Amino acid sequence: MRKMLTIISTVLRGNAGKNGARAVVAARTYADFTQQATFDIKKCDVHKLEEGPPLTSTLTREDGLKYYRTMQTMRRMELKADQLYKQKIIRGFCHLYDGQEACAVGIEAGINLTDHLITAYRAHGYTLTRGGTVREIMAELTGRRGGIAKGKGGSMHMYAKNFYGGNGIVGAQVPLGAGVALACKYQEKNELCVCLYGDGAANQGQIFETYNMASLWKLPCIFICENNKYGMGTSVERAAASTDYYKRGDFIPGLRVDGMDVLCVKEATKFAADFCRSGKGPILMELQTYRYHGHSMSDPGVSYRTREEIQEVRSKSDPISMLKDRMLNNNMASVEELKEIDIEVRKEIEDAAQFATTDPEPPLEDLCNHIFYNEPPMDVRGTNPWSKLKSMS
Amino acid sequence: MAALRCFLRSGKPAMEVTVRDALNQAMDEELERDDRVFLLGEEVAQYDGAYKVSRGLWKKYGDKRIIDTPITEMGFAGIAVGSAMAGLRPICEFMTFNFSMQAIDQVINSAAKTYYMSAGLQSVPIVFRGPNGASAGVAAQHSQCFAAWYGHCPGLKVVSPWNSEDARGLLKSAIRDDNPVVFLENELMYGVPFELSEEAQSKDFTVPIGKAKIERQGNHITLVSHSRMVGHCLDAAAVLAKEGIECEVINLRTIRPMDIETIEASVIKTNHLVTVEGGWPQFGVGAEICARIMEGPAFNYLDAPAVRVTGVDIPMPYAKILEDHSVPQIKDIMFSVKKTLNV
Repeated sequence: MRKMLTIISTVLRGNAGKNGARAVVAARTYADFTQQATFDIKKCDVHKLEEGPPLTSTLTREDGLKYYRTMQTMRRMELKADQLYKQKIIRGFCHLYDGQEACAVGIEAGINLTDHLITAYRAHGYTLTRGGTVREIMAELTGRRGGIAKGKGGSMHMYAKNFYGGNGIVGAQVPLGAGVALACKYQEKNELCVCLYGDGAANQGQIFETYNMASLWKLPCIFICENNKYGMGTSVERAAASTDYYKRGDFIPGLRVDGMDVLCVKEATKFAADFCRSGKGPILMELQTYRYHGHSMSDPGVSYRTREEIQEVRSKSDPISMLKDRMLNNNMASVEELKEIDIEVRKEIEDAAQFATTDPEPPLEDLCNHIFYNEPPMDVRGTNPWSKLKSMS
Repeated sequence: MAALRCFLRSGKPAMEVTVRDALNQAMDEELERDDRVFLLGEEVAQYDGAYKVSRGLWKKYGDKRIIDTPITEMGFAGIAVGSAMAGLRPICEFMTFNFSMQAIDQVINSAAKTYYMSAGLQSVPIVFRGPNGASAGVAAQHSQCFAAWYGHCPGLKVVSPWNSEDARGLLKSAIRDDNPVVFLENELMYGVPFELSEEAQSKDFTVPIGKAKIERQGNHITLVSHSRMVGHCLDAAAVLAKEGIECEVINLRTIRPMDIETIEASVIKTNHLVTVEGGWPQFGVGAEICARIMEGPAFNYLDAPAVRVTGVDIPMPYAKILEDHSVPQIKDIMFSVKKTLNV
């Protein structure tokens, strides 16, 4: 209702907005928006596949707004984390995801919440799409008791239902993800596991061990390489003898996908999920994407790449802008409506940041808890022999 | 005659069971009891196990539950941990624990630490098992004892059975435990038969993790050991008894969490302590026991410094004479006992 009044008042003020001179004479109502449109998307390169995902994607207005909101939330959340880190309110490691939003949002759009997902340490975006709240995520970054892991995990160790983190050791999450897929197959619930890793991790031996077993045992696993062109400070050309990451699975079929286009990612993920669920075994997707920040907050990110390159991606391929333009140009949303979402998102982030900076740190009594599950209370040795601390399950 | 009497009374006499068979039966029963339990590792299925510990299981349970893996420890250990995170209860076999070094990141960083890092959101009910420590003639790369390495890490339980009752009861406990358990077997013990009481043969017989067992009572000195060395301690004690020295022999059974209370109570009684292990001395199981005794109430009851009998501080040699002199022998234990008692 409030939105409609805003629109009406805008129109009455004679402000036609940026949508091009539309002949909007009456108040624009909900019914005037295009409910659904079909967009051309980039063709995916394929490896050991007869055909790839479709070349078009149909987007509903509702989904479009949802993706926009989620990506914007992710973006603003990461930027706020940047701020808090520079203020030293967040410490240690902080690997930011801004620029890569289309990957997390597109993947989630192609699977169900009952499916499983695991990723490496650039995990805040996935924690959000898998059901974590901004409050819990930010409070975990600031190490407070309201954090998603009660402040005990930090940036790299966030968990949610069917989301297995947040993993700090490069590449280790890939065998873990295949293990989750094994459990899916074993338990016969028609679920799959999305298993993410970066271009840097793609050279890890344990990943090839995992390709082998996943393929042998036909595990329902979608391996996804988020290729953001740099493994920390090393460009892909300097790290990999073959940068065709979608082919590196060799006997595993692969797709190379435009990771800056949320619709492309969504269609590719749906295609991959269907493949997995049909019992054909694992499939590999390379998402070509880009991170605006450096590897982590201690990396300015400009010693191994140019500011021009970063700026070029921002202006030409930003995932949020791409979706926004699509929706506006096709009358699927109004400028005001999207601005409204921006304002709401900003407020949500501000509230979360407020919570994250004022929530108390975990109590000292929690220090030794959560060593073992389902165990009677036990003593833990402190820093000296007289210090016997209590550990609860 | 005694066996017949037992049989007539209860229908289930005490029987002689090798450690190998005890482990096999424990796994069989737990596989039957809980659908989520499964075994994976190299040669565990069609080969019946590199050391035949999983004999017959693949025939009985099939491909779904007994899985042969390629020779890729890091990969299959990670897969095992992931499956535990997603609701299964894997038994991950390392052909020997020497090969677990390739996968140690998955054991420590992915399994042991996860419950803590997630503040209780994600548990990892997994058992890593396999032969540990010295064997016979397998040389340096295949003879290392990992009790101290794994025993160092919070979030893990580390268990080291000696006899068949230990093997059976502790493995069942480990499989039923909701936490990562490192289960250190011993290849030289696999073929050794021990009597299993009727109670120990029951399907629900478990030995609690974290509790040591006094295998032999004595008043003069406490011997603490784990795994194969427990047998050596008992043999030494038998010889020493003839000389009037009564040793109390404690079988640790669990390395972590260690049952220091049982050791303390014993030392308070005997006033003397010798630890015996197959592994290297530096930063080993014995070192930990001595440190804890110093820090606890038993220190004031020691009449002599606590002492460790350990493997020699060298990579394991091949030649038999050298290998024999690289691990504690019964005479080494006896020598240390007498030195400690100053006799």
